[in-house]
Amino acid sequence: MAGLTLRGIRKTFGDTAVLNDIDLDIADGEFLTLVGPSGCGKSTLLRIIAGLESQDRGSVSIGGTSVDHLRPHERRIAMVFQNYALYPHMSVFDNMALPLTMTRLNLFERLPLMRHLSPRRRRVMDEIAREVRAVAEQLRIETFFHRRPGQLSGGQRQRVALGRAMVRHPQAFLMDEPLSNLDAKLRVHMRGELTELHARLGVTMIYVTHDQIEAMTMSDRLAVMDHGDILQLGTPADVYDRPATTAVAQFIGSPAINLFPARVGPGGQVELLGRTLPIDVRNVPAPELTVGVRPEAMRIGGGPCAVTCRFRRRENLGSESILHFDLVASPEVAVLCRIDNGMPIPEGEVTLAFEPRDCHVFDNNGRRIEVESRNAASRDVRRASEVR
Amino acid sequence: MTTATAQITPLDAAPPASRQRWIERFAGLGFAAPAFILLVLTNLAPLAALAFLSFTNYELGALDFSFVGLKNFSAALQDSVVRRSVTNTLLYVAIVVPGGVLISLLVAILIHQRKRTRSLYEVIYFLPVTSTLIAMATMWQFLLHPTLGLINQALKGLGFAETAFLSDPRLVIPTLAAIGIWQLVGFNMVLFLAGLSAIPRDLYEAVDIDGASHPIDRFLKVTWPMLGPTTMFVTVTTFITAFKIFDTVAVMTRGGPGGASEVLLYAIYLEGFQYFHMSYAATLTLVFLAFTLVFSVLQTFILDRRVHY
Repeated sequence: MAGLTLRGIRKTFGDTAVLNDIDLDIADGEFLTLVGPSGCGKSTLLRIIAGLESQDRGSVSIGGTSVDHLRPHERRIAMVFQNYALYPHMSVFDNMALPLTMTRLNLFERLPLMRHLSPRRRRVMDEIAREVRAVAEQLRIETFFHRRPGQLSGGQRQRVALGRAMVRHPQAFLMDEPLSNLDAKLRVHMRGELTELHARLGVTMIYVTHDQIEAMTMSDRLAVMDHGDILQLGTPADVYDRPATTAVAQFIGSPAINLFPARVGPGGQVELLGRTLPIDVRNVPAPELTVGVRPEAMRIGGGPCAVTCRFRRRENLGSESILHFDLVASPEVAVLCRIDNGMPIPEGEVTLAFEPRDCHVFDNNGRRIEVESRNAASRDVRRASEVR
Repeated sequence: MTTATAQITPLDAAPPASRQRWIERFAGLGFAAPAFILLVLTNLAPLAALAFLSFTNYELGALDFSFVGLKNFSAALQDSVVRRSVTNTLLYVAIVVPGGVLISLLVAILIHQRKRTRSLYEVIYFLPVTSTLIAMATMWQFLLHPTLGLINQALKGLGFAETAFLSDPRLVIPTLAAIGIWQLVGFNMVLFLAGLSAIPRDLYEAVDIDGASHPIDRFLKVTWPMLGPTTMFVTVTTFITAFKIFDTVAVMTRGGPGGASEVLLYAIYLEGFQYFHMSYAATLTLVFLAFTLVFSVLQTFILDRRVHY
């Protein structure tokens, strides 16, 4: 087990830059998620850590020592692939034993016919069988040891892939979208199992996903990536409550955040669709702003912070509903509002209000701006938001 | 909801279940018929005619014939030409099958790794497949010529003795086998290349992380097992092609020297179209078919158990 350090990792494929000088420190035993839309470079970064891909510049260290010159298996890491990459012609046992036979038997002992000539081989194989069995029992897969991957369900294959990673006691687990081939119900279940597994093993895990829910629910910290950059690195709460850019705000959170076009007024106050909000901004590069409000922070009713919308439709999620609105001022802007079921469903034009402390203000480049509330009622909130 | 469904499929439009079944049955037969008729006309009927002929003494052009029972078969068993042809064919097959499969596998693996030059090599190795073997046989005859041939010139240059590849009874079958392999490698290579492309890259990466970075390990753990179905197909088709060795013999050696390159199909050709012993040729053809069938079935069953799909 060990922490990882990435320094200035750069990678280009032809003319396209895939990773731009990525710096990242991953603590020993941490569950770090690389999350972002497809093509953002997260998988490439993981593959560089694994040694399957080589970076153009920068270095990777595991446990304080540089591994740039090492082949994948010499880095003592394990990887779980999206399609599991189980060897289809081998039994579950052989699949799991392979990493151990590779390291403990020499080439001669591994050859198909020669192996019967080696007396040492049997002793080593017995030892390997014991270790594989111990891991299999942890994952509850020892009952189908002699089946082949093709005869297993998706969840079982997933476990075998995990088991194959675990038998080597790696310094870190790398996981490349391991749950994306499972159906929705099983995915939720495996999410829990992975989190528990991480807690039990206490080993460093680097997890790649495009699913923000996986990122939010499983990680100690997550790194939101886009276009080869880490946009924000922080705990799930951090990233959700204080998104660094509009891209992060839009990516994290489901249903997606509402973004409204706004301007900064002469006194530094934020003007949203003709209304002056009780919040001020300073030192903005341009008068154009974007105000973001999460759907659960919107409520039907008036107030100093409000927008006028026209109701379109309701999505019933059972315990709650997502209400879809259009802004009356600019109908192309969709507005979402999450309400508990049992609340009255509006019709026609309604006013949706929110608290000043729930506003995320971004400048014209989409970067977060710290705001000041003029309202005494939200002073305590303001203090909380200035902690960073 | 129910009313909507009822509107889409009015009850009176659906035929009764029994009629529906008849329609389906006839439609099924109708679709199967063209393939079935073709199979009967081109395969089963000729085979029946062949079996019929093998019990007669019919000769090409003869006006009548009589049944001779198993006489043709007993004659074939005692015929030294047939015995020699069978051994020569088997020897040829024994060289061409492993050679043609292993060399094409090696070539495919080597070419598969190329990026820019891959298509160039593919064309080079595939050329023999596209050319007619009759024309190529003439070229080989020239290349193998004892004194003028390029190959002998090269051998002499390296300090070896002049070798008469096609007129030495011990060398003629191996030489023909080498030409057979040369012609087969391109085709088999394409099949192996397709098989190689179908191996998920994930597996190589997994095996890399698991510690099998030695090329032999990568081959044994991933490439070879994953190519199982392809290898089986290639082996069976190579076997059948090799068993049908005819054109090089007919053009280059005519069974010589002294019957050293007589093969089964060439013997059938001689009996049927040179000596007009149609009934005897039919008997030999049945023997030939039996050989192919037995070997194909054996291979399929033995290999099938060891191949993972």
